[in-house]
Amino acid sequence: MSAPVTFVGRAERLLGSPEARAVGAATRHMSANREAAWAEMSWWPDLRDRVRRIRLESLAGLDRLLATFAERVTEAGGRVHFAADAAEAREIVAGILGQAGAKRVVKGKSMLSEEIDLNAHLEAAGVEVTETDLGEWIAQLAGDTPSHIIAPVLHMTRQDVGRVFSEKLGVPYTDDPVELNALARESLRDVFLAADAGITGVNLAVADTGSIVVVTNEGNGRFSSTAPRVHIALMGMERIVPDWPSAAVVLESLARSATGQRLSVYTNVITGPRRPGDPDGPEELHVVIVDNGRSRVLAGETAEILACIRCGACLNVCPVFRTVGGHGYGTVYSGPVGAVLAPSLDGIDARPDLPYASTLCGACQEVCPVGIQIPSMLLDLRRAAAEGGHLPTWIRRGVHAFASATATPGRWRTAKRLARLLTAPLARAGWIRRLPGPGEGWTRHRELRRPAARSFLERWRRRGG
Amino acid sequence: MPTCLVDALAPHVGEAATAALEAAGCRVEVPDGQACCGQPAMNVGLVDEAREMAGRTLDAFSGTEGPVVVPSGSCAEMIVHQYPRLFAGTEREEEAIRLAERVRELTRFLVTDLGAPVKAACDGAVAYQYSCHGLRGLGLDETADRLLEGTVRVDYDGTQCCGFGGLFSVAMPDVSGAIMGERLDAIEASGADYVVGGDVSCLLHIEGGLRKRGSSIEVRHIAELLAPGEG
Repeated sequence: MSAPVTFVGRAERLLGSPEARAVGAATRHMSANREAAWAEMSWWPDLRDRVRRIRLESLAGLDRLLATFAERVTEAGGRVHFAADAAEAREIVAGILGQAGAKRVVKGKSMLSEEIDLNAHLEAAGVEVTETDLGEWIAQLAGDTPSHIIAPVLHMTRQDVGRVFSEKLGVPYTDDPVELNALARESLRDVFLAADAGITGVNLAVADTGSIVVVTNEGNGRFSSTAPRVHIALMGMERIVPDWPSAAVVLESLARSATGQRLSVYTNVITGPRRPGDPDGPEELHVVIVDNGRSRVLAGETAEILACIRCGACLNVCPVFRTVGGHGYGTVYSGPVGAVLAPSLDGIDARPDLPYASTLCGACQEVCPVGIQIPSMLLDLRRAAAEGGHLPTWIRRGVHAFASATATPGRWRTAKRLARLLTAPLARAGWIRRLPGPGEGWTRHRELRRPAARSFLERWRRRGG
Repeated sequence: MPTCLVDALAPHVGEAATAALEAAGCRVEVPDGQACCGQPAMNVGLVDEAREMAGRTLDAFSGTEGPVVVPSGSCAEMIVHQYPRLFAGTEREEEAIRLAERVRELTRFLVTDLGAPVKAACDGAVAYQYSCHGLRGLGLDETADRLLEGTVRVDYDGTQCCGFGGLFSVAMPDVSGAIMGERLDAIEASGADYVVGGDVSCLLHIEGGLRKRGSSIEVRHIAELLAPGEG
């Protein structure tokens, strides 16, 4: 069976599945944690406005900030590489590893590495890559893809994880989280110590000190960036703020929104490689700054999505994400942010279905710590999809027919009467059990009220209104 | 402004709304030439078609004065927030902004403009579904709560989307149905006798879903509780 190519196709397969049920439970849990964390901060709207201003100003001054950042990283002894697209980013990373003679790589969590499909390429080049974020590692063991930007295996239950461990590590089955954690720790420790290089993502880059910030809860980011002799940090070019006061404000929002923590367990600040006298740290630090479509997004209608700080709160509150799960989107970035970001990065022609994967309920914007106007950008992308000819013909024709039927009072009156007549054979006691054609799906889950014998306008006119 | 759905499918809601307004001492006019605000076209990305329908709505109200009361949070939100965007840079921009300023969703008008001269009454326990556009776009939770002060409310989180989403429910009926299913479970578990809301669109979807399940829970637009005996 080939994989379905549209959101609807993938969603239909996932609906009601154990995976979708796991997502439903986990997202509600994460949302409750986030709400509790914000409940203790009455000034949260002010904080959101500050984060929004910082992020939008950073995007507006991106060229300048990146130049300063690159200068400061270099001054601190690190090296900066700019990659225009995914292929270039992969080549740069492979080149650094090749020069360092690195064959064994440990990775911290990096969505950007998923975006540029780094692992597969490195493995093809003979490099052994091990994910060290617990969720990413489980996904790697299971041969699965992450489904959530913060919690990669949100779609798995602990029983699923127990089965993966038992099968792949050859250990007796357990679904006790403490035991599972201990197994992961044992397995990964040797991998860390044997690694030649570590690759991590970057949550935030601070321009005026040339620092990168990597937040984790497991310490794997710190281990990956300090134990091996080479550290490569992959950074989306938008992930920058001017200075530490700005970074502090953003970090305060990030953990609360992501996991409901006041601050994540590890907030690693890395400025340059190991200096003389440092007890640990890598000999080389490389920061790879990746564009891969971001410049184009920055110049377009959906530029604001680049202000995202990747907390995942919008995924957790989205009714569509909660019901279908991240794998329904078929993209690295899922949920509301993915429905805007993926078509923006890849072009609307590549992902025309994603902007429609939303009820436009607005819960995403409501919880966004940056106040990103996701629903309004989804509408912009829907317009682009419709203009690109991606709207199903029956929807286009249906809307045209409706626009025409409502064009004059006379036509609208006729249309209402006609609808009443046409539904006569389908209805019982004022309700339609089953509709033919495109309405069939609707009546699979709901009955439909039949048009009234006399419309409101007719009744109002009769009354003499 | 009754909205097209109330006009065609739920005239009793329109009559309940006009009765409530009259009970509050208003003189109600229903101008000719109105049908749909254009939201369905807007939401699928057919912006020109949306502007065409919106233009007719501007025409219908052009010769009138006073507040334009809409018994729907989502249609009101369309006019308040989308019309100025739709007509930005066109010769009708001013007109669109003026209409946006005149538009009031029913509960907003009754509570904020008139000081809640009427109250809702209901002979059973109420689960209230705040429709998303009204709730997040226009902040209508407080106005509905105020009108419902005299009713018995069950413990139900009405801020969660019911999964309707307009044409979303036709284009992705199974996803929409699954989101609704979760809400219907919550409604049934809440012990409610009635599901009440401010948007006929979401309510039609919920009522249709409850009927499909054979549930005895009834569905009412909040206007129907304001004017008992009507409709």
